[in-house]
Amino acid sequence: MSAAHQSNQAGSNPGRPHPDKWIKVLPEGLYVEPGGFFIDPVRPVERAVVTHGHSDHARPGNRHVLATPGTLAIMRQRMGEGVGGSLQALEYGEGLTIGDVRVRLVPAGHVLGSAQVVMEHAGSRVVVSGDYKRRLDRTCAAFEPVPCDVFVTEATFGLPVFRHPPDLGEVGKLLHSMALFPERSHVVGVYALGKCQRLITLLRAAGYDRPIWLHGALEPLCRLYSSLGVELGELRPATVAAKEDLKGALVLAPPAAVADRWARRLADPVVAVASGWMRVRQRARQRGVELPLVISDHADWDELCQTLEDVGAPEVWVTHGREEALVHYATSRGIRARALALIGFEDEDSEGIPEKAGKGEAP
Amino acid sequence: MNRFAALIDALVFMPSRNGKIRLLVEHFATAPDPERGWALAALTGALSFREAKPAAIRELAATRVDPELLALSYDYVGDLAETVALIWPERPERANSLPPSLDEVVEGLRAAKRGQVIGLVEGWLDTLDSSGRFALLKLITGALRIGVSARLAKTALAEWGRIARPEVSVDDVEEVWHGLTAPYAELFAWLEGRAERPEAGAGAGFRPMMLSHPLEEEDRAALDPAAYAAEWKWDGIRVQMVARGGERRLYSRTGDDVSGAFPDIVDHMSFDAVLDGELLVARDGVVAPFNDLQQRLNRKTVTAQMLRDGPAWVRLYDILFDGEEDLRGLSFVERRARLERWYEAVQPRRMDLSPMVPFTAWDELVALREGARENGIEGLMLKRRDSAYLAGRPKGPWFKWKRGALTLDTVMMYAQRGHGKRSSYYSDYTFGVWRGEELVPVGKAYSGFTDAELVELDRWVRNHTTRRYGPVREVEAGLVLEVAFDSVHPSTRHKSGLAMRFPRIHRIRWDKPAHEADRLETLAAMVVG
Repeated sequence: MSAAHQSNQAGSNPGRPHPDKWIKVLPEGLYVEPGGFFIDPVRPVERAVVTHGHSDHARPGNRHVLATPGTLAIMRQRMGEGVGGSLQALEYGEGLTIGDVRVRLVPAGHVLGSAQVVMEHAGSRVVVSGDYKRRLDRTCAAFEPVPCDVFVTEATFGLPVFRHPPDLGEVGKLLHSMALFPERSHVVGVYALGKCQRLITLLRAAGYDRPIWLHGALEPLCRLYSSLGVELGELRPATVAAKEDLKGALVLAPPAAVADRWARRLADPVVAVASGWMRVRQRARQRGVELPLVISDHADWDELCQTLEDVGAPEVWVTHGREEALVHYATSRGIRARALALIGFEDEDSEGIPEKAGKGEAP
Repeated sequence: MNRFAALIDALVFMPSRNGKIRLLVEHFATAPDPERGWALAALTGALSFREAKPAAIRELAATRVDPELLALSYDYVGDLAETVALIWPERPERANSLPPSLDEVVEGLRAAKRGQVIGLVEGWLDTLDSSGRFALLKLITGALRIGVSARLAKTALAEWGRIARPEVSVDDVEEVWHGLTAPYAELFAWLEGRAERPEAGAGAGFRPMMLSHPLEEEDRAALDPAAYAAEWKWDGIRVQMVARGGERRLYSRTGDDVSGAFPDIVDHMSFDAVLDGELLVARDGVVAPFNDLQQRLNRKTVTAQMLRDGPAWVRLYDILFDGEEDLRGLSFVERRARLERWYEAVQPRRMDLSPMVPFTAWDELVALREGARENGIEGLMLKRRDSAYLAGRPKGPWFKWKRGALTLDTVMMYAQRGHGKRSSYYSDYTFGVWRGEELVPVGKAYSGFTDAELVELDRWVRNHTTRRYGPVREVEAGLVLEVAFDSVHPSTRHKSGLAMRFPRIHRIRWDKPAHEADRLETLAAMVVG
């Protein structure tokens, strides 16, 4: 057990206010009162600390933004001028005092630049995980568990049915299908930030060295990743390619595009989607996915449970996802747990995947 | 089990029919006996294991997983076999024990005594990976639901069989099928050219049905009315009744055994013959609307109330076997005479003869066909007097001549994405008619337009969407669709109280303002009976 775990019965010591006295859920998001800042606010605020660049966490229009250099680069790329007022970069591991709070950013392993926010105030340490995963990702720094008194965790895949298989096995499925259907295009639905670049590095690691074709929406962030030193190999624009060139090619596109008009340009495509949701067969099937690839940038159930062990916090708050099961699990392990019910966070893995027609009547 | 699990996984995700056939062909070609036979039995619903019920599987899982987490997961996933397959805790020592083969599983379950089944299943779940667990649980709970019908499996079997026996058709497979039992070693041996065709004469097997072509105007001009007999085409479900050697079976047109859903027919099959007829719901000899029959379709069993409310009836068209005697080589006229004689002698309950419609010239039939709007009549059948009963759909001997369609001007209300090649198009349309100032939906159609028209319809939908509900878009009341349909019946399932038979898009009325579309009263007046 960590020192933090042993020492703290959070709130029992009158000299040490319980963290729920200084961290609050407001309509704008999670508010750290003694520092006067919000973490990943859903509407513009004076002072924001942003965990990573996904659009439900990093929103435009804040007066002051603190984030890692990687996250700030992504925000500038995605939002341009609308990114907000002043941007302040904080490297992983460097400390900074904001108001009455000592703040440190620690790698979360989710996407490039993603960070956990480690906060110390009045003798307690609270860690806000942001989104995270525990497995190897060549596009970003690996998650570091930080012992703490309160661990604020995501729970996107917070059900024990979600166990992501090894990544290379999933990439192997894709390569096998490409060998089996050499005349067809393979189009893989990927989120533009993180999943796209990670899948490319996984493919390269598996020895796939042919050009990979990109939907236009994926190009800017791939360029940014490359400029930040992530090796992606040869990439080509799919949107202007001739249909003939895309025969047998591997094409990456946002999930919403793989089964929509954009994909009509492809030659008899095999439709794949790379997402943790693909673990549930019927869900993948309803969405018309022929080749589901269970590749996720979020912790699966085992990783969530392992992380609760690793940080050793006697108290856990769950921000978003399937929080009920994780709260139940934590409670059964003697950890105080509750759901924060933050709103405004999406399961970005599933964003925009069109639902396929069911048998039901129109509403 | 691994190969079977891989097959199931691949079939689950394969969207196209041809792709599914290709996967099945590959399986038949590469899996050994008896494994491929057990797989075939599983796919065609020929395997059942009494003791492995879903409730027992759920109880078993709750001994290994926190029941609360199991319940939350089941809520999310919605399918018990899949939930348990995904949630089952893997043991680190699994790598040291071999997963069972499909043969072991099937033979193990068959030999298991009462109370042993769950223990067996638990042991297997511990050695299988998640795909294997999914396949095992689907297999033993008896509901694969992976989009493969028995007919599709047999089609694939015939396709694979043609590698060694080019003459084999799916009807040949269908014909020998029912004389055989899993794991079908003789069937595979025959299709591989290693053995003779299995004997099909005995047993209560399905015989491939003879089907008809629609009659086009230009066909009719070339036909000699004297060469054809006419009878009504009844609006029910084509069935084959087989009563041989004490066994009784009722088959659908595609060879699916529907006996379980129609005990009120099977109970009266106390004869030895194979007959072809139309399954209907009839009260005191009066045919009920197709909708009444629909309530009884696609069920494994039937309740007493359904038997009372929707009594089944068979209207007989043809006789294929009388006792051991195969009549299929006789002409239609000869078979008809045999059928009448047989009916006189046996006088089966809940069955009658479909009457012949005498005529001498086509014009007489034209008038009869248009006049026949009562329940249960879909049109006319024309059968060459000298035609033998042939498997499949030969062109020439039998024609179906449906009565002219009804049409109605409706307004598009919702559009839904299609499947397969159409998945990027809004191709399924719900349409409605006016009731006062509001539109009420009266049907749904996804055919009757050309590919070029589909592109235009898709564009129109995207440009006139008012709301989105997942895959469905609600559109402005701005496009009139002229819909053709065979008939319309009262229905409690639809808000409008009416249901159309076979609605399809007849014309897209780009020119017509929506407020000039038809009203619900107009449709209601088309109900007959």
